[in-house]
Order: sequence, then structure tokens, then C-alpha cells
Amino acid sequence: MSDVVEKTLTALPSLLSLDSQPGSAKLSSTSKLGNLIRGITELTSKHEEEKLIQRELTSIKDQVSSPNTSMRQMKELMVRAIYCEMLGYEASFSYIHAIKLAQQGSVLDKRVGYLAVSLFLNESHELLLLLVNTVLKDLQSTNLIEVCMALTVVSQMFPKDMIPAILPLVEDKLNHPKEIIRRKAVLALYKFYLIAPNQVQHIHNKFRKALCDKDPGVMTASLHIYLQLIKENSEGYKDLTASFVTILKQVVGGKLPMDFNYHSVPAPWLQIQLLRILSLLGKNDQSTSEIMYEVLDESLRRAEMNHNITYAILYECVKCIYTIQPKSELLEKAAKCIGNFVLSPKINLKYLGLKALTYVVQQDPKLALQHQMTIIECLDHPDLIIKRETLELLFRITNGQNVTVIVEKMLDFLRISKDDYTTIDLVGKVAELAEKYAPDNEWFIETMNTVFSLGGDMMQPDIPNSFLKLLSEGFDSDEEDRKLRLFAVDSYVSLLQSEPNKLPQRFLQVISWVLGEYSHLSAELEPATVMTLLSKLLDLKHTSSETKSWVLMAMTKLCEGGVAISVAQDIYETHSSSMDTVLRQRAQELQHLSQDSELRGRVLPRDAGLMPLEVDSSLSFLDGFVSEALAAGAAPYKPPHQRQEELAQAKALSLEPYSLSLPISMSSCSIADRQSPTLMSMSSGLSGDSTDLSHKGGSTTLKLDGVKRVWGREGYLAQREPVEETAQVEVPSPLRSPSQQAEADSTQSQTPTPTVTPELEQDKQQLASSLFVGLGSQSSVCLMGKSDPTPQRFRRKAQGRASSSGASEKTPTSLGSTPSPVDNLLCNSLLDSNLVSEPTNQTPQASQSLDTTNGNCHEELTDVKENNPSLIHNNEEPDKPKDLCLSSHLPTELSGLSHSEITPLCSNQSVNLSACHVQKEDSLQLVIFIFNSSDSALQQMQLQVDSGELKLSLITDSPVEEVRSHSVAVCHYSVTVKRPSVHVEVLGMLSYQLPGGTPQTIQFSHKLPLTTFIRPLTLSTEEYGSMWLAFSQDTKQNLTLINDDQDPLTTTLNVLKKKLQLHVVEIIGVEGIVACQLVQDQPCLMHCRVHAGTLAVWLRSPVPDLPDCLLYHCQRALQEH
Amino acid sequence: MMRFLLLFSRQGKLRLQKWFTPMSEREKKKIIRDMTTMVLSRQPRSCNFLHWKDLKIIYKRYASLYFCLAIENQENELLALEVIHRYVELLDKYFGNVCELDIIFNFEKAYFILDEFLMGGEIQETSKQIVNRCIESSDMLQEDDSSEWYEVELFG
Repeated sequence: MSDVVEKTLTALPSLLSLDSQPGSAKLSSTSKLGNLIRGITELTSKHEEEKLIQRELTSIKDQVSSPNTSMRQMKELMVRAIYCEMLGYEASFSYIHAIKLAQQGSVLDKRVGYLAVSLFLNESHELLLLLVNTVLKDLQSTNLIEVCMALTVVSQMFPKDMIPAILPLVEDKLNHPKEIIRRKAVLALYKFYLIAPNQVQHIHNKFRKALCDKDPGVMTASLHIYLQLIKENSEGYKDLTASFVTILKQVVGGKLPMDFNYHSVPAPWLQIQLLRILSLLGKNDQSTSEIMYEVLDESLRRAEMNHNITYAILYECVKCIYTIQPKSELLEKAAKCIGNFVLSPKINLKYLGLKALTYVVQQDPKLALQHQMTIIECLDHPDLIIKRETLELLFRITNGQNVTVIVEKMLDFLRISKDDYTTIDLVGKVAELAEKYAPDNEWFIETMNTVFSLGGDMMQPDIPNSFLKLLSEGFDSDEEDRKLRLFAVDSYVSLLQSEPNKLPQRFLQVISWVLGEYSHLSAELEPATVMTLLSKLLDLKHTSSETKSWVLMAMTKLCEGGVAISVAQDIYETHSSSMDTVLRQRAQELQHLSQDSELRGRVLPRDAGLMPLEVDSSLSFLDGFVSEALAAGAAPYKPPHQRQEELAQAKALSLEPYSLSLPISMSSCSIADRQSPTLMSMSSGLSGDSTDLSHKGGSTTLKLDGVKRVWGREGYLAQREPVEETAQVEVPSPLRSPSQQAEADSTQSQTPTPTVTPELEQDKQQLASSLFVGLGSQSSVCLMGKSDPTPQRFRRKAQGRASSSGASEKTPTSLGSTPSPVDNLLCNSLLDSNLVSEPTNQTPQASQSLDTTNGNCHEELTDVKENNPSLIHNNEEPDKPKDLCLSSHLPTELSGLSHSEITPLCSNQSVNLSACHVQKEDSLQLVIFIFNSSDSALQQMQLQVDSGELKLSLITDSPVEEVRSHSVAVCHYSVTVKRPSVHVEVLGMLSYQLPGGTPQTIQFSHKLPLTTFIRPLTLSTEEYGSMWLAFSQDTKQNLTLINDDQDPLTTTLNVLKKKLQLHVVEIIGVEGIVACQLVQDQPCLMHCRVHAGTLAVWLRSPVPDLPDCLLYHCQRALQEH
Repeated sequence: MMRFLLLFSRQGKLRLQKWFTPMSEREKKKIIRDMTTMVLSRQPRSCNFLHWKDLKIIYKRYASLYFCLAIENQENELLALEVIHRYVELLDKYFGNVCELDIIFNFEKAYFILDEFLMGGEIQETSKQIVNRCIESSDMLQEDDSSEWYEVELFG
């Protein structure tokens, strides 16, 4: 084939006139596309091409917009437009015509129209909405080809929110008589499942039908969905295991029609899909695994042919065998398979072999030993991909004895790798290994030096963080700590003396911190020398201001003695006028503390890294000072934005206070840091504590504390999770291990040595013994630190760890996060909401929609009524029918309105309490149902409800005192909010007496989200403006924007409007104003502004805590979206 | 799941692009650029797999044309290689001894074949006969618009 193409390329023009192509394809030499292509190949420069295409596009543009162009011509024009786009030229004018062609053309034109649409537009393109109708029409067409095209385009790209419009039609197609339609419909539903899983939830049983379809093609298609479903919840599909096994048996046994064969292998894609499903089902499940042993054995046996496709199946079989509960015979066969892969001369198979080996090596380390020579060869393979894969394997078998060799190999690779992604990944792995297995201090520091130099500024920020933490927290022995730190100091001094300008910024920051903190450990090192070295960094051109502030902080710790002070003085002079305020601040600190060594000793005590910090974030110790000042006539504190606003007002006598003043103040203060009084106090609280790591680094720099703990005692936690997961599965059968060990030993001693170049071989042998040391008998079971035989060097001190976690608990705020009361609420209420939603866990979406529909009950009353029964039906309560009948007990004045789901509150053997609420315009109506489930009447019943946040008033005329057996009493309350909180809670107690019994009480609590109390507040912009200035409580925060290419602000606000019932007052450009009220009459105003891809919101209200609570719900609503 | 399929010439000219997940124009351009440089710079006798970000790139050269398929990390590389091969076989069967020019001049046909073969990033139909029957019967429309006939042809 290659000859043909070579020739055709050289003799292109002459060939183009030939029209003798076989088959139905013709070189369209006479067509306009042909001319265009020929024209392009004749050109010599990119510039000429550009000109030609522009000409072409202009002509296409003229023709598509002409009314005389027929659909057939249009099709031809579209093909040319596609071609131009493929060459990288934009032809956006043709998009709309592509849609038109799909709409109006004959079947064949339509096909090109759909193709053009799928190539031109992506899922979020607004023009796609115009396609929905066409798709709807074609789905209903009697012409099968049209239906096929519609299904194809639907699975290719379809706007997510339009799926409901076509879903019923696609569902119908599952029953279509033609299998090709059924198959495409299943795949389209699979696609829907991937992009909007909850939309297809209701048709899960139809998938079962597709799985049982008589056509194997439809069944195969349905497996895509099942693989996905089982991935998410393998427990729910265990019952299908036997069916999958039967299917696989039939496929392997060649029972399918020949059509499904691929190179005489029966339905390989189907086989692999089934193997994947089986491995998910059999994982950690002995009985399920047992069902599949036989068919796995058969699969291994049948896949014998020497072809890629059989290898692909074998590979999948091996993975499956090692994933499910082990069976020794199968493992043996699988191991042999892996051996064949690894030893294969074919490079693709070798690659796959290495991958398989990496996958299984933790449970079967002797396999790596067996193939050690091959692995060593792969390590020197000219193909980087093979090398990389080998390193991955070595990473998995690293232990205390081979760590130096393996890390060296990894660093070698890093030095030649150009790919950022690989660098980041490998650097992380090296750092992990270094921390876990370092044999000595020198090696550890030097390795980390290389990591920092090679990883540069790309690497994960937690690597330097964790390194510094390790240094500062120390280990079991103080002497060891001192040695390690001292070595680091020496090593960094010599680095700075040689070529500091080549070091990446992150590394410089680490160096500065370590020198600042520990250079005093070195006896021969004068602080002044270190100061001079550091000050050179400040003069380097490429040093970032972040690094500079690390350097200045380090200097502040060091400025001692005459020379040092004079250096400090110089630095102060150059930086005190810096444009960067942080640097200026640091320079000031340096200046002051260098003058006053006593103060410095107190502010920056040595070796204080371990002391837990207590931060009084409320700054209560200043209360006395503040009240004195106020008494003396000082003005009360105002947050900066408020001051600015007042300033702006004073300057410009605006008639429309809102529109003028707000944008100025919004832009002039940074929204990133929330300036609530609590935060202000927080940051000042921080500057008082000197032992905080993050503070030492300067507040703008790497946040060290409060960072998610990715590093733990055993190393990198996040990455270890999957490892441990596999490790769990791979409990090698104890029966096997003695023999295995013996084998391992023997293989180690008698490694084959073909004697071609003895010296080279010897090198390899040596490498092998250093790489695979520790893989032999003693550690054949556990390698990944589970029960590591070699003691870990950097075992952190228990005390250190405790203090560090203590510190991070006590000062979570050092991250700069918002320490307002809402934060705590956030945590609590997250838990709360989980609890609340627990009963409806099965249908989170359903209850969500209920919330919203219930909210809009005035408009969507009928809808809700229809929805309600099914929602209740979904609710997994054992006493379903009771719920239904409870709703009939609703007070008459509420019976016409939509109510929330009836949630059970508490129950005992005689009473069931449940509640629901109805949203009214001016209040929330809470209804509590008391159901007497006993056989006798309840007497002297008394229900008490109370809430700290709510005001409850009983509406029912006279309190019920008696409930007959198996009947229901209803208490109806009108509720308004006294004091806002993210979730408000109603506590209650019911006391009653059964005839002849003692009085009994039962207690309950019922949580209500604040959202149920929010109502829209209709205002005009002017009213809004005047109200805005009157309110004192405020909060600012950045929220995520919902980005859908159109108008993110409007979309986001609409989501908020829908979910939280806010009233959008007006949207002007990038700003929007929104208003709502909390029942009753507690307004809250929100100003939103799109800024740098986020939504900066500013909430104001006269009610304390309301802005914070509302903000929380906005966040939630947007997250859920 | 497959993420995208690109066909480009030895000179790095794009011949066909299929994206199975939504992607912005800028991302697409960057990927095309990355893929052509990465794949074209591979030494002969290297393996057919590459890493790119969190994806695996499987490529294979047929004559002067490179087929480059991106799959997710946990997918089977060899199987992906066979996906490419089956697509080439389908093209070959349809065009009859397919060459790059067939694909240049009839790229829309190449897309139609692909759409019958893959759907939404998964294999849809592996049988050469069936795929071809689908395409050919739709092609017949061009000559003869009596729809009864091709439907019989296509759907047996």
C-alpha cells in the first residue's frame, strides 16, 4: 500500500484526472473540492495557502447565503467548508447553514449536514438548540436511515439540558424491530448516562432487557452501560455474574455468528468487556470469584493464536485473575502469560508485559525476580516509553535496600525527559521514596536537592512543604535531627556559593527557610556570611517577589552582630521603597528586629517549630483597649470597603447612590480576602505568632499549614490508597508461599548468564543484584511498607506528629481561609444535611427537585402534585402507605398547597411522629403528625416544640389531648425565623399516657434548611440602592461561575433564582443585583460581579449572620448544579 | 473509552479528526499540534504507545498516513491498536485498496464509515460486512432515490 501512496503523491495532478478508482469511491477530480485540494497541493508557501483558502471561503460564503442554492449544492459547499476548517481556517458563517442542511435536505444531504454539525459545533454551542427539533423529527421518521443519523448525532453531541426532550423517543427505540436501531439507541443512552446519569435512572430495568436482547450486538452495546454501573456499585449487580459468565462461555466457545469474528477470534471486544466486568464483580468476593474460575481458565486456553487481538484478551484475563480472589492454578497460568509478554521480541508486547508485571508485582514479587534481566534490559531501552514503564515497575518494588539504585535510575530519566507531565509525576515518586527509605542524611538531602532542581517550579507544592515539615518536626532522636539539619545547611551554603542563579524559585525558598532556621547549628558559619549569600539572591534578576519575601524572612532571623546588621540596613534601604507592599513590610520588620535583638528573640525564638500555637482569632485581649478608645470618643471600626464607599460617596454627590458608588468600591478592594471583622482580627492575630511555618514563609507565600495532609508516616498518602487497595486483594494463598519462596531463592541464585560480552553482563548482574535485593525470601509477601523489614529512617516523632496535628487543628485559619462563624456551621451543617437527606438517599435529585418545586409552589402547583406521589414512592421508608395517607391529614387550609416530603421524626412502639412543611409567602407552615400505632388511645397528650432560631406559633385551635388507636393527630405551626443559622432546628417533646400506664415522653429534633424560609423580594433598582446603604451586616466571597459559553452571569443568577428563590433585580453588564427576604421581613441584598472568572458576591442585610448563611446556601446551590 | 482519533500525513497535515468528548477549539488545536510532533518524532521500531497527560496515545502508520487514537489510562493498548486496524480494513474494503488520496478526496465517506464503526467513543459494530452494507446502501441513494429498495438492502 505504501508504494501506491508514494507514487500518487509525486504524480498527484496527473492521477487526479484519472477516474478509474475501484469501488463506489471516486476521486472527485472534476468537483470543486477536487479543485481546491489540487490547488492547495500545488502551492509552495503557507502564505499562498492562506490567500487561496480565504478566497475559497469568500466564495462559499456568497453561495451559501444565496437563496438560489439548492440543497444538493449546499451539501457540496459544506464539504468544502469542512475541509477548510480541517486545515485550520474558521468558517463559522457556515454553521447555521449546516444546521439548515440537516433540517431540510434529502436523506443524503442530511447526512452531510449532520456530519458538518458534529464537526463544527461542540456540546455547548448555542446553535445546537436549533438542531433539537430536527433530531426530534428524524427520531420519529419512518425512514430508518434518518433515525440512525439522528441517534448517531445525539450520541456525538447533544446539549445536556435538552436530553429530556428526546429521551422518551430514544427509549422507545429500545423496542424497535431492527437491531441496528436498538443498538444505536442503547449506545445513545450510554452516552446520556455518562453526561447526565440521573436522567436515565428510571430506565435501568430497560437496560436489563437490552442485556437479554436476542441480537448479540445490542447485548454488547448494553455492556458499556453495565461496566459503568458496576464500577460505581458492584454490590448491586452480583446477581448478574452467572449471566455474564454464561455469555463469556458461549462467546469463547464460538457460539456467535461468524460476523462477530475478528481475525477468526470470536468477538474480542465483547470478551474483553466481559472480563472487565467480571474482575470488578469478583474483587474481594470469594463466592463470586469461584463462579468465574472455569471460564477464565477456558479463555486463557482458547487464546492461543499468535495475534495482537489474542494478546489483548490474554492481558485482560491476567488482570482479571490477579484482581479477583486468587486461585493458585490460574495464577500460575497467568504468571506464565506475563512471562511470555515480557520475553517477547515484539516491543508492544514487552510494554504490555511490563504493565502487567507492575500490576501484579506486589502480590507476586518473585515474578519480577524471574524476569530481572529483562527488566534491566528494558531499563536501558532506547525507547523512553519502555524505560518509563520499567521505572514504574521499579517504583513498586522499592525497599530500603534498593532505594539508592532505583532513585538514581529515576533521576537519570528525569534528566532526559522533556515532558512536564512525566516530570511532575516522577519527581513526586522520587520524593516519596526518598522520605520513606532514605539510608542516610547525605543521601536524603542530596536526593531532595536534585528533586528540587529538576522538578523546578512545576512540581507539586506539597513536596517542599512536606520536606520542610519533616525537617522542622524532626524524628526520634535529637542528635539525628541536628545532623540532618546541619547537613542541609552545609549543602545549601555550598549551593549558594556556586551558582544560585540556576536554581528554581521553589528550591530557593526552601534554602532560605532552612538557612534562616538552622544555620546557627553550624559552628563555623557566621550569620553575616549567610546574610551576604542570601542578599545576593535578592539581586538576581529572575528572583520572584515571593522568593524575595522568603529570603527577607530568613534574614530577619539571622541579623545578629555588626556585619549582619549593616547588611540588614542596606537591604532595608533598597527594599523599603519597593512597589511590592509585602516586601516593604518584610524590609521594615527586618530593620526593626535587627535593631532590637531582645525583641527579635521573643518574636522569632529558635527551635520553636514544635510548639503548638493558640490563636485567639477574636482578639479578645484587645477588648479592653477598644472599649477604652471608644469611651474616649474614637470612631468605631469600619471595614475598609465601607470606608471607601463612604469616601466615594463624599466625593461624588451621586443621585443614584448604588450604581455609582458600588463599582468603585468593589474594584478598589480585593475581593479575594474577605474583610469581615473576624478576618481582620485573624490576620493581625497571625502576625503575632512567630512560630507558625506559614508565617515564617511570609504570608503571601506557600501556605504550609492547613494544607491537606498528603504526606504521612508512610509517605505520600494519596498515592498510597490505590496501592493499599490492590494489596488487600492480593493476599497470596498461604499454601503457596513456601514453595514460592523456595523458587524465588533458586531463581535468584541461578540467573541465566548468556556469555556474549562478559563484562557488560557482569555489570548487569551487579545492577540486578542491587535492584532486586530485598525481593527475595524475607520480603516476598509485603513490599510496599506494609510490614517492611528495613526500619524507616525518617520515622517521625510521635510527639512531633501530635503537635503538628494539634497545631493544624488549632490554627486551621493560618491558611488564610475564612474563620467566620459560618465555617463551623459549614462543617456541622454538612453533616447535618447528610443526616437529613439520609432517608431519601436513593433519590437525591428527586428531593432536590421537590425542594425547588415546593418553593415555586405558586406557579407549579399542578406539576408538583403530579410529582409528589412518585417521590414519596421513591422514599425508602418501610411504611410507605402510611406516608400517603398522612398527607390526607393535612389541615384544610394547606391541603391545596404543595407540601414537602413527610419525614419521620421518631417513633416508639406506640407512637410515630413525622413532619412536613409548606412554604407560604409570609411564613413556613410546619405540620407534625402524631400517629398512634398502638391498640389503645393516647391520653393526656402534650406536644412541646421549641427552637432557638425560630419563632413557632400554634395554629391549631385547641391542642389535641387524646388520640384514638390507629389514628392521626395533627399539630400545625406557623414558623418564622428569629435568628438565622445555616440549618435551623426544632426540638420537641411529646408526653402522653396509655390507659393504665405511666406517663411517657418521646423526644425528637427536626432540621429545616434555611432555604425553606427564603422568599423573593421584589424591588426596583432605586429601592435596592437606598436599602443597600442602610444595611450594616455584610459578607463578601468569590463563588464559582457556571460556565456555559453564553452568559455565565445570567445563568448563574438563574440557577440561584431557581434554587433559592432569589429575586434578580437587574443585570447590568458584568454586574447583577439580587434581593431576597427571610420570613418574615428580613431582607438580604446581594451584589454580584463577574471578576476574573469567578463571581464576586457581596451580601448585605440588617440581620446578623444572614449574609453568611445565605452565602453558604448560594455556594451549595452552585456546587450542586 | 476512546477520547479522540486523528489521521494525519507524514507531513503533519490533518486528514481526519474525531472527538468523542467535548473540547474547545483551542484545546483541539493544541492536541493536534502535540500529537503530530510527538508521533512524527518517534523513532522506527519503537513501540506504538505514548503517554500524553493522563491519556494513552496509540498510533500506527499505514503507508504515509498516521492513525492516532487516544484512550483512557485503564484501557487496553493492544485492543486500541486493533481498533485502528479494523478501521483501516473497513476503509480498505470500502474504497478498495485504500490510499491517502481516497481519504483526502472522500473524507466525508471516511467519517461516515467511522460513525458506523464507533459511536460515542465505544465500538459499535465490528463486522466488516455490516458496516459496509450500511454505508453502501446509503450511498445508493445518490443514484436511485426509491427508498424502499435500499432499506431492504440495508436491514435485510
